[in-house]
Amino acid sequence: MLTLLGLGLLALAVLAGLGAAGLGRRLVPLGAAAVAAVLGAVAMATLALGPVEEAALALGPPWGPALVALDALSAWFLLVLAVVALPAALFAAATGPSSRAEAAAFPLFLAAMVLVLLAADAFTLLLGFEAMSLASWALVAARHPSGRGRRAARLYFGFAAFSGLCLIAGFALLSAPGMGFSEMRAAPPEGWRGTLALVLILLGAGSKAGLLPFHLWLPLAHPAAATPVSALMSGAMVKIALYVLVRALFDLAGAAQPGWWGAPLVVLGAATALWGAIRANVETDIKAILACSTLENVGLITLALGLALVFRGADLAPLAALALSAALLHALVHAGFKGLLFLVAGAVAEQAGSRDPDRLGGLIHRMPWVAGLAMLGAASAAALPPFSGFASEWLVLQALIQSWRVAELPVQLLSAAALVTAGMALALAAAAMLRFVGLVFLGRPRTPRAAGALDVTGLMRAALVVAGAVCAALALLAAPALGLAGGIVTGLLGEGAAPPIAGLDLMLGEAGARYAPWAVTALLAGLALALWYGLHRKGAPEPRRSPAWDCGFLPPPPDLPFGDPLTQPSAAGAAQPIRRALGGLALAQREAHHPAAPGSATPARLRVEARDHGFVALLWPLGRLRRLAGHQAERLRGLPLSAYLALALGTLVLLLALLAWGAVA
Amino acid sequence: MTGPGDIAYDVAHLLGGAMLLVGFVMLGQRRIGALIAALAAQGVLLALAAFWQGHVQAAPQLYLTGLIALLAKGIAIPLVLHRLAGELPPPLRTEAPGRMGAGLVLGVGLVGLAMLVVVPATTGAGALARVDLSMALSILLLGALMMVTRRSALAHVAGLLTIENGLILAAVGVAGMPLVVELSAGGLVLVVALIAGVFARQMRERFASLDPGVLDRHRGEGR
Repeated sequence: MLTLLGLGLLALAVLAGLGAAGLGRRLVPLGAAAVAAVLGAVAMATLALGPVEEAALALGPPWGPALVALDALSAWFLLVLAVVALPAALFAAATGPSSRAEAAAFPLFLAAMVLVLLAADAFTLLLGFEAMSLASWALVAARHPSGRGRRAARLYFGFAAFSGLCLIAGFALLSAPGMGFSEMRAAPPEGWRGTLALVLILLGAGSKAGLLPFHLWLPLAHPAAATPVSALMSGAMVKIALYVLVRALFDLAGAAQPGWWGAPLVVLGAATALWGAIRANVETDIKAILACSTLENVGLITLALGLALVFRGADLAPLAALALSAALLHALVHAGFKGLLFLVAGAVAEQAGSRDPDRLGGLIHRMPWVAGLAMLGAASAAALPPFSGFASEWLVLQALIQSWRVAELPVQLLSAAALVTAGMALALAAAAMLRFVGLVFLGRPRTPRAAGALDVTGLMRAALVVAGAVCAALALLAAPALGLAGGIVTGLLGEGAAPPIAGLDLMLGEAGARYAPWAVTALLAGLALALWYGLHRKGAPEPRRSPAWDCGFLPPPPDLPFGDPLTQPSAAGAAQPIRRALGGLALAQREAHHPAAPGSATPARLRVEARDHGFVALLWPLGRLRRLAGHQAERLRGLPLSAYLALALGTLVLLLALLAWGAVA
Repeated sequence: MTGPGDIAYDVAHLLGGAMLLVGFVMLGQRRIGALIAALAAQGVLLALAAFWQGHVQAAPQLYLTGLIALLAKGIAIPLVLHRLAGELPPPLRTEAPGRMGAGLVLGVGLVGLAMLVVVPATTGAGALARVDLSMALSILLLGALMMVTRRSALAHVAGLLTIENGLILAAVGVAGMPLVVELSAGGLVLVVALIAGVFARQMRERFASLDPGVLDRHRGEGR
């Protein structure tokens, strides 16, 4: 297995070289797709057959060989990666890279993510993580030599550097006994060292996954990349960050950590979920809507992980297994539908020429394939039964509902608040998906370009269909998929824990709640068939057009072939009720009303400026601090010669004193 | 292999200690002429230490090191510096008063720090190497401290040469140090001393002062 994966990594490196040389515009992404398929197969085989033992590579850092291994947890996230990477690479082959830098960075990005998952020592893991950050930054920056996209790339780079530094410090604390994972497991951190490691890992992995308050870069950087890269960043890269979180907090820090470790994860997860869901309802770029929905899903997964930690600390192994299974399943399912939705958004941008919903609309008539797959993805993201998002979000909610079994009152209050927040986030996410589909695919085209869009064909259609097929399969096969994760649950939580499945159903205990995807699907399909049949048999034989109020949405008059644009809601208009009711939670907004002058025929205008609270509360003070520090550092240049010498001597003495203190301690 | 009571250890200890003492003399010396004389004495002591180590370790290349130290640091460089100092007008041949006592106290602190660092860090090595290394580090730190506390450019040169003396003392104290390292370090310092001498001469001609502080106004940054 490891040999196969090593060959895959080598192939990706060769592909990166080809891409850098400007050769094989189609070959490079197609090769990446083949490698992704192999990754998926290896991951499934490992999950089914058992983990691969640790192996030492012939190369590595100066103090020892690099260690690689593939246990159940790594294999699960490898599967998550493959689920996004395969259709994304196919889509990339259909569109082709825009530059040589992009062609070279795409396989490197994939390879770095695989390296993070394969690593069995702290150095290799951090190496892969940093390479992943750099490659993804390069992919964003290569498309935008200047302007707004470049600023987003710079912001992303800043956050990635911060995350890398925090992770290095956190793993340094964990790896006091040694760099290898087995050595770390043998001597888990205790006391203040453990707490500091928790904080640092949460900051590092959290800022990469987009947890509050380090989410600011995500809705800017993810949409700025090329479509396949956006899909990979949103579907897979944030999961790699969550993998690091799970690896460090569940596995390396040992099973004996206290239950309150989960509390910050629950709080941050719930807050991020609500924040992302609110912002997804307000964005006016279809890829930004999807990126904000990623925030919501990352929040849910983190919430479930935090619950699992709380339950584990309270010795409630079955409930911890439930929460951990929910997190793992949602990570996989989200990869499926978010990959699909990003590729759909890319196809729309490619074929209809815009990502602004105000320039789209009515695409269901011109692009039936894309529209159908988009609705499949949106229904999954909105967690409608029987689509794929429902099973995992049902598990998350069940875990939250069951948390009254923890005896402590603070935990009960916290989880009750988290339940309310998560419920709100789920409803808002469904509203965001409704707005997405409604604005882009339903109604009438808003521009001639949208009216003339053509459906996807060839490789692009294949990419979308593959992603859709994965999404649909996960809807029906949620329980068997979760069964593959059994090794993770028992490995992290002890022998007594198992995923909550029974055959093809998800089930909480013998007498608990139960969700049978097959039965629900069959029931809904039967109802739909009966409705269709009844309408055809009992309804009117011919469709009849008759005037209706229809919210003022009139058929197009003869002088306006696309209809009166004012009869269709705009993106901002559709967002307005939720923005006014809840937007203030996440956004600092300002509305300016410009009425038309008396007697003028121009329409009144409502101008809305909305900005994430994070910019005002976090980023701008940080910028001011940086300028202040810069000014202070500038004063160093004016020092006299003896002061420079004194600085050098002082540093030397300080280091020597540190050395002497270390020798004494 | 050696310890207190053994002649090899005692003589090496004596020479290193004498160098350290001369370092303190330089730190507390206001007159440039006396400072240069002390530097010459330190160079001679270094040469003797190198000869002694060559004898103890039966390493003939250390005699060469000692010879270079004697010729360059004991004779040539002090002569040149002496001539430079002789060209100075008499008021510039002494340092301005003040801060000497604090400098000496700081120097004692640095010696203590050097002991604290070296002694635990070299538990595996022989007693000779340990004491040698701690004294070498002390001399090095004293030289750096002299560069910080003194105002005259010639004193800066003397401080730099003291640092280098400390380095060479450390190098000769460790058995098996290749000759090429000592030679290159010695050559480097010779070049630095040359440049510093030329610089000090230019400075005196241009500004009639050896205080590098007068240069601060000429850095072209519009302060």
